[in-house]
Amino acid sequence: MTMDVAAAGTAVRRGSAFNDPRLRSIFYQAVLLLVVIGIGWFLVSNLIHNREVRGIATGYGFLNREAGFAIAETPISYTPSDPYSRAFLVGLVNTLKVSILGIILATLLGVVVGVSRLSSNWLVAKLAAGYVDLVRNIPLTVQLLLWAGLIRVSAPAPRQAANPVPGVFISNRGIQVPSIENNPIFLWVVIAALVALVIGWGIARWARQRQAATGQPFHSFWVGLALFIGLPLVVWLAGGAPAAFEIPELKGFNFQGGWTLSPEFAAMLLGLTVYTASFIAEIVRGGILAVSHGQTEAARALGLHSGVTLRRIILPQALRMIIPPMTSQYLNITKNSSLAVVIGYPELVSIGNTIGNQTGQVVEAISIFMAVYLFISLSISIGMNVYNRRMSLRER
Amino acid sequence: MAATHSFTEPFVATQEIPAEPPPGSTTGPIAWVRQNLFSTWYNIVLTAVIAYLAIRLIPPFISWAFIDPVWGPATPDQTPADVVAACRAATGACWAFVNEKYRLIFFGLYPFDEYWRPILAMLILLGLAVSSTVRRFWGKRLIVAWVVVIVAAITLMYGAIPLGFLDIPIPGLTLVETGKWGGLPLTMGLSMIGLALAFPFSILLALGRRSNMPAIRTLCVTYIELVRGVPLITVLFMASVMFPLFLPEGWNFNYLLRAQVAIIMFTAAYLAEVVRGGLQSIPKGQFEAADSLGLSYWQKQRLIILPQALRISIPALVNTFIGSFMDTTLVIMVGLFDLLGAARLGLSDSIWGPFYKEAYLFVSLLFFVFCFSMSKYSQHLERYLNIGTRRR
Amino acid sequence: MAATPAPAATEPDVLIQMSGVNKWYGEFHVLRDINLAVERGEKVVICGPSGSGKSTLIRCLNRLEEHQKGSIIVDKIELTNDVKNIDAIRREVGMVFQQFNLFPHLTVLENLTLAPIWVRKIPKKEAEETAMYFLGRVKIPEQAGKYPGQLSGGQQQRVAIARSLCMKPKILLFDEPTSALDPEMIKEVLDVMIELAREGITMICVTHEMGFARTVANRVIFMDRGQIVEQNEPEEFFKNPKSDRTKLFLSQILAH
Repeated sequence: MTMDVAAAGTAVRRGSAFNDPRLRSIFYQAVLLLVVIGIGWFLVSNLIHNREVRGIATGYGFLNREAGFAIAETPISYTPSDPYSRAFLVGLVNTLKVSILGIILATLLGVVVGVSRLSSNWLVAKLAAGYVDLVRNIPLTVQLLLWAGLIRVSAPAPRQAANPVPGVFISNRGIQVPSIENNPIFLWVVIAALVALVIGWGIARWARQRQAATGQPFHSFWVGLALFIGLPLVVWLAGGAPAAFEIPELKGFNFQGGWTLSPEFAAMLLGLTVYTASFIAEIVRGGILAVSHGQTEAARALGLHSGVTLRRIILPQALRMIIPPMTSQYLNITKNSSLAVVIGYPELVSIGNTIGNQTGQVVEAISIFMAVYLFISLSISIGMNVYNRRMSLRER
Repeated sequence: MAATHSFTEPFVATQEIPAEPPPGSTTGPIAWVRQNLFSTWYNIVLTAVIAYLAIRLIPPFISWAFIDPVWGPATPDQTPADVVAACRAATGACWAFVNEKYRLIFFGLYPFDEYWRPILAMLILLGLAVSSTVRRFWGKRLIVAWVVVIVAAITLMYGAIPLGFLDIPIPGLTLVETGKWGGLPLTMGLSMIGLALAFPFSILLALGRRSNMPAIRTLCVTYIELVRGVPLITVLFMASVMFPLFLPEGWNFNYLLRAQVAIIMFTAAYLAEVVRGGLQSIPKGQFEAADSLGLSYWQKQRLIILPQALRISIPALVNTFIGSFMDTTLVIMVGLFDLLGAARLGLSDSIWGPFYKEAYLFVSLLFFVFCFSMSKYSQHLERYLNIGTRRR
Repeated sequence: MAATPAPAATEPDVLIQMSGVNKWYGEFHVLRDINLAVERGEKVVICGPSGSGKSTLIRCLNRLEEHQKGSIIVDKIELTNDVKNIDAIRREVGMVFQQFNLFPHLTVLENLTLAPIWVRKIPKKEAEETAMYFLGRVKIPEQAGKYPGQLSGGQQQRVAIARSLCMKPKILLFDEPTSALDPEMIKEVLDVMIELAREGITMICVTHEMGFARTVANRVIFMDRGQIVEQNEPEEFFKNPKSDRTKLFLSQILAH
C-alpha cells in the first residue's frame, strides 16, 4: 500500500498517511483540544460540586441584590441600598477617574523629564536621569504606601494645612483645590474658547495657503494661542469678571467648598503619575534619539532652522517610535490602578473583592472585573494596531 | 610650516606636522563648566534654580537621615516603649525601627534558631543568580544548576524535600511551615522560582504563537493576551481564591503555592512576548538553512533558532525579571509576608505605627540596590550583544 | 563678519579660503594646519586613508563641525559662531551625504521643496517646478510621488543630489557619495556628478573613485593624519606622486 511499483521495476516511495504533515497537525490539534476541554470539564464540575456543598449560588443574579456596604468615594450617587451592579459601577468610575487623570499628568511630566535628559545643561540632564533610575527601581506598591503615608499621617491637620499656592490646601484630609462656580458667564467663556479654536484653525489654513502661494511664512501658532487666551478673557471681562473660583474655606474642622481630592485618591494619582512618568520619559528620550543624527545634519546642511527641523523632520519620525510603547504605558496605568486596594482607594478591584467576599460568589465577581480590564486592554491593542498600520513608513 | 606656499598651486608637504594639544579655552574644568552649565541664558537660570533648591532641600534631609536619627536603644535595658518615646522626641529619623524589626523584615516569622537555613538558602540563590551572569557558564550545566539550587533552597527552608504528596524529611532539620516563611527569602524565592518555571512555559507559548497549526496558535494567543490584559493582582486573587473551588475536596494547596502558581502564569505571558521578539529578529535564512539540512522541527528550534533568539532576548528578559521581582510586593494581598509585607507587619505593632517613612524608605533602599544592579547588568549586556551585531 | 574688497578682474575668484585651520576632538588633533583655497568653478577631489580627516575638513565648511583655530571664509563670509553668517553660508553650500539622509516620512517631491519653501521663502508652486526640473536632471522625474524607502540606493542618492541643487547653491560638497552604494548603482550617480561638474558648479568631493577624479577634477588633494600632504593636477598626481605617503596610498587603492 505504501509503495507503487512502476513499469520498469523501480519503486516509488509514496509515503504513508502517518507521515503526512497535514494529517499530523490535525491529529495534534485534536489531541490538544481534547486535553483542554477535558481539563476544563474537570475544573468546572469540581466548581459546581464545591459550590453545592457550601451552598453558594451560581450566576450573575446577585447583581440585582442590595449591596449593603458603604463606599468611601462616590463620584456618582450611591447608597448602601443600591444594588451590587451600582457598586461595581462606582468602582469603575473611580478606576477611570484616577487612570485618565494619571495618564494626562504622567504624559506631561514624562515628556518634560524625557526632554530634560537630553538637555545640554549637565545638572538638568543628570537630575532627570537620577529621577528615572530611582523611581523605576522601587516597586510601585512601596511608592504608593509612601505617598499615602505622607498625606494621611505626616500632613498637618486642616487648621494648619499647607498652602503652597493660593487656593490649594494640603492637609491630612486630602488636597483641596478651587473649583469653578456655577456662573452662566462660564458657559460663554467656554463657547468663546471653542470659537477661538475654530478661528485659529481657519487662520492656520489661510496661512498655509498664503505660504504656498507667496512663500511668506506666518506665525499661526502664536496668533492662535493669543486668540485662544484672549477671546475668552474678553468675554469674561465683559461679563463683569465674576470671581471665578470657589475657594476652599476652613469652617470648623474641615474645608467647605472647592474640590477635594481624598488622601487615597491624591496618593494614587501622585504615585501613578511619578512612577509612570519615569517610563514615559525613557520612551520619549528613546524616540528622539532613534531619529538618526544624519537627519538633523541634512536639515542643518540645507539651512533649515532648529524650529522647522524639530517640527517637520524630528518630531514626525520620533512620534512614530514613541506612540506604540506610550499606549502600552497608558494601559499599565489603568492596570496599576488596581493596586489601590493596598491603600484603600475604592476602585474596581477593591469593590469587586468586597462583593465577592460578601456574596461568596468570588468567581463571578472576579470574572466581572477581569472582563472589564480585558475590554479596555483589547480596545487599546486594536486601536494601536490600526494606528501602526496607517503610520508605518512605506517601504519596497 | 607657515602659510608661505600658494594655496592652489601643486604642493608637497615636506614634513609631518606633529600633533599639538588643543588650545586651553576649549578644554579643562573651566571650559567644562561654561559649556555644560552656563552655555545659554536659560541654562544659567536653570543651574541657578537647581543650585538654590539643592541648598534648601539637601542639608535638612541629610540631618534627618544621617545626623539626628535615633539609631537604636541608648542603653541595653531600654524597653521598646522607651525607644519609641525617644524617637518621638527626636527630630531625626527613627532608624531604631529597623534595628528593632530587622529580623521580621529579613526573615518573616521564621523561627530564630533556624535562621542559618534561610540565610544559606538566600546565599545559594544569590550565588546562582550571580553565576548566571557569567557568560562562560551559559549552557546545559546552568539549567541543571538552577534546578538543583532551587530544590536545595526549598528543602532548606522547609526541612524536607517536597515532592507533592510525599515529603522526604532531612534528618536534623525541623519542618517549618510555609506560613512562617517571609521577608527577603520569600521575595527572592517567589521571583526566581517564578522565572525558572515560567521560562520554559514561555518558550512553548512563544513557539506555539508562531505555529502553523491554528488551534495551537489560537490557544497560545488567547492565553497571552488574556493574562497580559489584566492586572497581576487579579491573577493573584484568582489563584488564591479559585484554587480551592476548582479542585476536588481534599486537594489543598497552601497559600504560598497558590501565589507562586499565579506568578508563574503571569510572568510566562510576558516572557513569551520577549521570546517572541527574539524569534522574530532571527533572519529567515536561518530557518531555511536548518530546514535544508534536514533538521526536524524540534532539532531546528533546540540547536539553531532558540540559542540565537534567547541570546538576543536576554536584556529584555532581565528587565522582565526586575519587574517580577518588584511585583512580588503584591502578595500581601493574599496573606503572604514578603519584604514589604513583613515591614508592614512590623508597622502594625501599634507603638511603631507612626514610623512608616523609615520602614518604607528602608524597604525602598533594599529594592533599589537589587533592581538597580540588575538593570545596570542588563544595560551592560545590551551593549555587549550590540557590539557583535552593530554595523558600521 | 569679514568682508574683503571685491577682487580685481585679474585676481582669482576665491570662493573658499581656509587658513591655518586646526581642529581637535577632545585631545585628538584631527585637522592640522589646513591651508586651502578653492576658486569659483573648480572641482577639487580629496582622497586619503580613513581617519585622515577629509570628511571633517569639508564638514567644517558648512559648520557641521567647528574648528578651534584658524579661519574659514566662504563666499566672502567668515565662518564663526555668528548664527547669521552660518545661515548665509549654508544657503550657498549644498552637501550630499554618504548615507543619503533623505527624510523618510516625506515624499521625494516634499524632500526637495522643504528647504526652498522654509529657507528661501519660495512659493510652493515655484518650488515644485524647480524640484521637477532637477528631478529631470538626475533622470528620475517619475519618482516624485514616491517615498525614499521605495527607491533603490542609487535613486535615493540622486534624489539627495537634486535636493541640494534645489537650493541653487554656489558650492556642492560631496562626502563619499558612492561608498554606501552597490556597485551597479555607482555609475548612475557618478554620471550625474560628471554632468554637474561639466556645467561649471564649484565642487569639493571626498571620494575613492579615482576614475571620477581623472575625468573631472582640476585638482586632487591627498590628506593623511589630518594634514594636506600633496596636491596636484590629476594627471601629475597619479603618474608622479611626490611624497612617499601618497605613493603608498595610491599603490593600495589602485592595486585592482
